[in-house]
Amino acid sequence: MPSQLKRLLVLGVIIISLFLLLKHLATPVSFGQYGHYRGNSLNEIAALPVKYVGSKTCVKCHDSIVALKLEGLHSDIQCENCHGPAYLHIKTPKKDKLFRPDSREFCAKCHSFNKARPEKAVTQQDIKNHHPEKKCITCHNPHQP
Amino acid sequence: MAGTLAVSAVLPSFNAVLFAATKPKKGPWYGIAIDIEKCIGCGSCAKTCKIENDVPPEPFFFRSWVEQYTIKKDGSINVVSPNGGIDGFTQKIPDNEIEKTFFVPKMCNHCSKSPCVQVCPVGATFESPEGVVLVDEKYCIGCRYCIQACPYGCRYMHPTKKVVDKCTLCYHRLKKGLNPACMDNCPTKARISGDLNDPDSEISEFIRKKNVYVLKPHLNTGSKLYYNALNQEVR
Amino acid sequence: MNPQYDQLYQALTKVVGYIYPNEIELNWSILIVLYPYITGLVAGAFILASLERVFNVNALKPTYVIALLTSFAFLLVATMPLIFHLGQPFRAWEIMITPHLTSAMAIFGFVYIWYLMVVLVLEIWFDYRRDLVIWSNESKGVKKWLYKILTLGVYDISPEAVKWDEKLGYIVTVIGIPSAFLLHGYVGFIFGSIKANPWWSTVMMPIIFLFSAMVSGIALVMVIYIVINYIRKQKIDMLCLDTIAKYLFYIIIIDFTMESLDQIHRFYEAGESFEIISLLMSGKLFFTLLIMQIFIGMLIPLLALGFLQFYKPNEKLRRMIYLVTGILVLIGIFFMRWNVVIGGQLFSKSFLGFTSFKLSLIGTEGFLMASIWLVVPFLILAALLWLFPPWKKSPSEH
Ligand code: HEC
Ligand code: HEC
Ligand code: HEC
Ligand code: HEC
Repeated sequence: MPSQLKRLLVLGVIIISLFLLLKHLATPVSFGQYGHYRGNSLNEIAALPVKYVGSKTCVKCHDSIVALKLEGLHSDIQCENCHGPAYLHIKTPKKDKLFRPDSREFCAKCHSFNKARPEKAVTQQDIKNHHPEKKCITCHNPHQP
Repeated sequence: MAGTLAVSAVLPSFNAVLFAATKPKKGPWYGIAIDIEKCIGCGSCAKTCKIENDVPPEPFFFRSWVEQYTIKKDGSINVVSPNGGIDGFTQKIPDNEIEKTFFVPKMCNHCSKSPCVQVCPVGATFESPEGVVLVDEKYCIGCRYCIQACPYGCRYMHPTKKVVDKCTLCYHRLKKGLNPACMDNCPTKARISGDLNDPDSEISEFIRKKNVYVLKPHLNTGSKLYYNALNQEVR
Repeated sequence: MNPQYDQLYQALTKVVGYIYPNEIELNWSILIVLYPYITGLVAGAFILASLERVFNVNALKPTYVIALLTSFAFLLVATMPLIFHLGQPFRAWEIMITPHLTSAMAIFGFVYIWYLMVVLVLEIWFDYRRDLVIWSNESKGVKKWLYKILTLGVYDISPEAVKWDEKLGYIVTVIGIPSAFLLHGYVGFIFGSIKANPWWSTVMMPIIFLFSAMVSGIALVMVIYIVINYIRKQKIDMLCLDTIAKYLFYIIIIDFTMESLDQIHRFYEAGESFEIISLLMSGKLFFTLLIMQIFIGMLIPLLALGFLQFYKPNEKLRRMIYLVTGILVLIGIFFMRWNVVIGGQLFSKSFLGFTSFKLSLIGTEGFLMASIWLVVPFLILAALLWLFPPWKKSPSEH
């Protein structure tokens, strides 16, 4: 074998072993646990905080409103859909106040006329002409419309 | 007769598009069902998704959004999705010009043969054992090949994290026994998610009873987002 | 406010039709245009060098080493635009440590290393080994040590050892040709395999990339050869130049045919994406595709080179024509990459509208940064030519 080829082979073996060593050291521990990914990332994603805690949690402190809402046509709407995420509010209600959506535009998102809205799914109103001077909540109770 | 028999002996059974996915034998296998006939286009899903998952509020980053399709009497199609539908929709085209109009909520299809997972060079995006397509934000190199590969436009580059981000089907909620935020906050229960492996689940029944359809079936992505009453114009 | 959002809000006002809300931002911009452009130059220049060695086209001899060094200089830079484009450049090594084998991009690291280390470096090393030994004896200071290190401690330049260099170099070149095809055909596959994008998803993509790579690589070597001789005030070997131009002419014809075939096929089939793509070509891409890529970059060179196949004016004029067509071809192929990469992202995957793209001047994805990546290879080439001057090599046999 010519000397230059020998030298190259030695060099090649060194480079490849170095690479394999690096690969071994640098691959994350949980990689390949379930598939070609970092197994730990599953737990990391699962551990993210929940912000919309659900209407059931409100019963503890706002039982009358929950009960009221359940009787009305808004029963399927989550409290937090209108009031925003309550993950802070349920712990420190005095400090972290929730949103009070009292504008006409807010109700209009669901109730204004739009030919695309299925009529069976929601009752629509001509928002421009339906008592335009007042807020909706002066006449309709948002919790039991 | 003999020929027919021979052919049927070698011919494998073909899978219907709806069941293109190979389910795991055990454990949950999540899918999504959306009923277009119930969607009122309020944008609650898109809004709650952004808040629940800390998606940047600017109108260029969405894990979930709503489109309004309008097919006009003159035959043309008009589609809009102002701010992903978060602020609701105002009808701009007068009723008398409209042949048909409807809302289409969109989100990650959690494909079982995901083009995005296929192209990720490092294994930073993957399908969880429950059939949820996720991104490992500590491992993503930000090459954005997956964004190019997703036929549904469901991925975006997170502007501050500098990694790709997408719908996780609220994996953190599923694991705690809750529904995804968008499903929970839908006022008309137009969208549900659930275990496709359980024949008694709400979603299995939905798929059985309704004439469901997936987006871009010709791409064979094994999409697990099933629409009821989807119009063929939707892409 | 984040300046990135400024740009996006501006883009938002320029959207026509309907696009998915995540599609306003173009995810692959100028740096990813450069990536196939530069790898194309690498593969093309290498193939030109191999022509001489493997197929014994003696007329091309004066360009052999220049082509190799050009190829090498550009290959060193080829990954830089890619890495700088990453959201997390410091995680780039993951692609080597945990390559995802179903991903076309994951294999790039390995194809690249194979091509750089096993093909190009080895071929150049075998070609220069004897000269390195001689130069390490003749020169002084840092240069001496550099040459010494590069010999890897093998000082044997007996005729026998040189013969081995010759033989091994030949073997490497033979391996190198399919590798060059692999390198660039594979870059085409990165785009061609994206089924979500009808502008990219065609089996012709690797082939088109390959031939356009050859076109650009050959044109580049031709231009560099003319320029080097001009700077060194040497007389140009016109036979060599004519031969390169002849090959360039043939390969442009093949490339043009392939690309036309692809488009004709697309138009004849007229599938679901036909409408949006014809709008794309006649609208957003009109200037870069029809004018820059096809007219300036292909038709004019084709006519000029074709003309020279039948009629040969005097040397000075021919040299001028070659220089100009070479540059036009290089511009044309750049726009070809542009049209593939940028064009493929301008239309929505809903096939109902277009977003817009404006190249910014500064920033990692800006014009200046991109220009740097195009200038650096030439600086590297100049350094290489200074360190390893081909004209000072002792004559070799092939
Ligand atoms: C731990 C008890 C508690 C729970 C649980 C709780 N709240 Fe409250 N909430 C309060 C108290 C106390 C106030 C009155 C705060 C004040 O007036 O300063 C309040 C006030 C409110 C207000 C009015 C805010 C305002 O600015 O006046 C809203 C809306 C509200 N809660 C919604 C909810 C919803 C929706 C939930 C369920 C997700 C919920 N709360 C759960 C204790 C609670
Ligand atoms: C359709 C939207 C909507 C839903 C659903 C809704 N709310 Fe409200 N809520 C409102 C609005 C609007 C107000 C503001 C009323 C006002 O200012 O008089 C309000 C006010 C309140 C207040 C403050 C009452 C006060 O007297 O200051 C509480 C507490 C509250 N909501 C709790 C709830 C709880 C608990 C639920 C779920 C069971 C719920 N809301 C569901 C729209 C809603
Ligand atoms: C997230 C969507 C949503 C929002 C926001 C909303 N509603 Fe509703 N509303 C509904 C749905 C769904 C129903 C029940 C289905 C129906 O309309 O028959 C309903 C029912 C009603 C009804 C009874 C309609 C009937 O058929 O008798 C009234 C009145 C009403 N809402 C008023 C309001 C007012 C006032 C507000 C603003 C505070 C409001 N809604 C906000 C979704 C919404
Ligand atoms: C001045 C009081 C008043 C205000 C303000 C008002 N409404 Fe009403 N609304 C009524 C009355 C009374 C009815 C029932 C009679 C009718 O159909 O007009 C009604 C009916 C409705 C209905 C249909 C319910 C049915 O049974 O058909 C909806 C939906 C509705 N309102 C929504 C709204 C919304 C949304 C707003 C705010 C943009 C609003 N209303 C503001 C008094 C009011």
